Amino acid sequence: MEALKTIEPKIDQEEKQYSYLNLGPTHPATHGIFQNVLKMDGEVIIDAEPTIGYIHRAFEKLAERRPFYQITPITDRMNYCSSPINNIGWHMTVEKLLGVEVPKRVQYLRVIIMELARITDHLVCNAVIGVDTGALTGFVYLFQQREHVYEIYEEICGARLTTNLGRIGGFERDFSPKAWAKIDKFITEFPPILKEFEKLLVRNRIFMDRTIGVGGITAERALNYSFSGPNLRAAGVDYDVRAMNPYSSYEDFNFIVPVGTNGDTYDRFMVRQEEMWQSLSIIKQAISKLPEGPFHATVPDFYLPPKEDVYNNMEALIYHFKIVMGETDVPKGEVYHSVEGGNGELGFYLISDGGRTPFRLHLRRPCFIYYQAYPEMIKGSMLSDAILTMSSMNVIAGELDA
Amino acid sequence: MELNKEQRTLELLKEKFEDQILQIESPYNLLTIHLRAEKIVEVIQFLYSNEETQYQYLTTLCGIHYPDNNEIAVMYQLHNLPVNHRIRLKIFLPIENPSTPTITTIFSAANWLERETFDFYGVIFSGHPNLKRILNVEDMIIHPLRKEYPLEDQRREDKVDSFFGR
Repeated sequence: MEALKTIEPKIDQEEKQYSYLNLGPTHPATHGIFQNVLKMDGEVIIDAEPTIGYIHRAFEKLAERRPFYQITPITDRMNYCSSPINNIGWHMTVEKLLGVEVPKRVQYLRVIIMELARITDHLVCNAVIGVDTGALTGFVYLFQQREHVYEIYEEICGARLTTNLGRIGGFERDFSPKAWAKIDKFITEFPPILKEFEKLLVRNRIFMDRTIGVGGITAERALNYSFSGPNLRAAGVDYDVRAMNPYSSYEDFNFIVPVGTNGDTYDRFMVRQEEMWQSLSIIKQAISKLPEGPFHATVPDFYLPPKEDVYNNMEALIYHFKIVMGETDVPKGEVYHSVEGGNGELGFYLISDGGRTPFRLHLRRPCFIYYQAYPEMIKGSMLSDAILTMSSMNVIAGELDA
Repeated sequence: MELNKEQRTLELLKEKFEDQILQIESPYNLLTIHLRAEKIVEVIQFLYSNEETQYQYLTTLCGIHYPDNNEIAVMYQLHNLPVNHRIRLKIFLPIENPSTPTITTIFSAANWLERETFDFYGVIFSGHPNLKRILNVEDMIIHPLRKEYPLEDQRREDKVDSFFGR
């Protein structure tokens, strides 16, 4: 509310009059609830003051009162464009704390899901960059494909957007034949459409003029701002958690980590575009090399037993009760685990004191960390470029505010 | 190779900041060093600029409240990208006056992370360019992630779960 009062023009020392513009909190072009008070000299941005926290939901506090398995739905609501990555990242953190080794098949299935999620995340971001340059066609065309991925999620876990996918130790059920058919259909139908989308924009004169050299950042500044994910790679640093600290058997797959040179909007677009192709390749490799085996680890203390057993089997009933009531023992310790989320390094810093809930859970949200560079990136550019910079950074309000 | 790097980092730190180190442990293969609060900026600056360490990427920074010791810890996690090694530093501040110098002079990324820690734990980062609340409303008077603030109203009577030992 403080910011709204500053709209009246102020006279600067040099007797130059600047105008102040409130971009947000709810502005259709920002794709989320963020406020930026822009100090403008005509059409040029002199300074920006971001205000965040409009959808803060106190996830870190909530997590301190919930048993581990109930924290998964909280992670859904961070980066809701790729919730399965958040879910699986959280499961892997708990597994690391408990020392659970999950079967190879689970790891491969997780890779398939996480790469599908990465595709949807990048797809939404790139399609929206198109919209902000005035090309609505690609957006409408690609959203159909996102729908197909959501149908795959639906087949696997029953939900579409906030997936709550999987369990600590694996999956709640194996992929059904219908799910496999949908995955096969997607990976055959999607490449030509992605190719067509690329043809619409990549060498498009208008698109290039609008994006090249817009919202750039150097590799040094990006590292100093702790950028991660496609935004860092667009600046030319090949830091990818999947390659650097492989988790969930990423070391078994061949993929390249695309990097850009200028760190501008065009590079970010191109890096995401290439990552979608790499993700498709990883999915194909994972399907062809998929090992046989169980779809969950044998951790009865944490993995809910099937419902039939709960009704007919004493042990399963006891485990079910203990899990639901949070009566199982957890080791004490501090663990940090990170995965490559849609936007970068998504980290979970978990301190367990042996109780049913975490003593402390800190979420390293990539958006929160890199969005603070936004004022620096838009200084001296036009208002319309600021919109493009924001959408190409892929700032997701849910992840930003936690 | 990673182990050697870790040992080398420790050697260098011990050589230079022997008196600052309180405890060294390595839970889940992540080197964790508990330090005295006074020289934390010097330590981070040393890890940042020394040719042999180069911890030039701030992965994250957060606060932790330990009500039993009346302490607020600040955790810094740094990453040495060229050799891919992570390190975690922890300092402990008294709850009556949790104050420590800012590291925004070294890492621009620390700006909002420190504001977040101030917002939720009340840690004063002296020298911070813009230390105000970030996620909560400005007129909030408490620091909500401290343990003395329960998530639910403890006076609620419609929800008895003492049967389950809680």
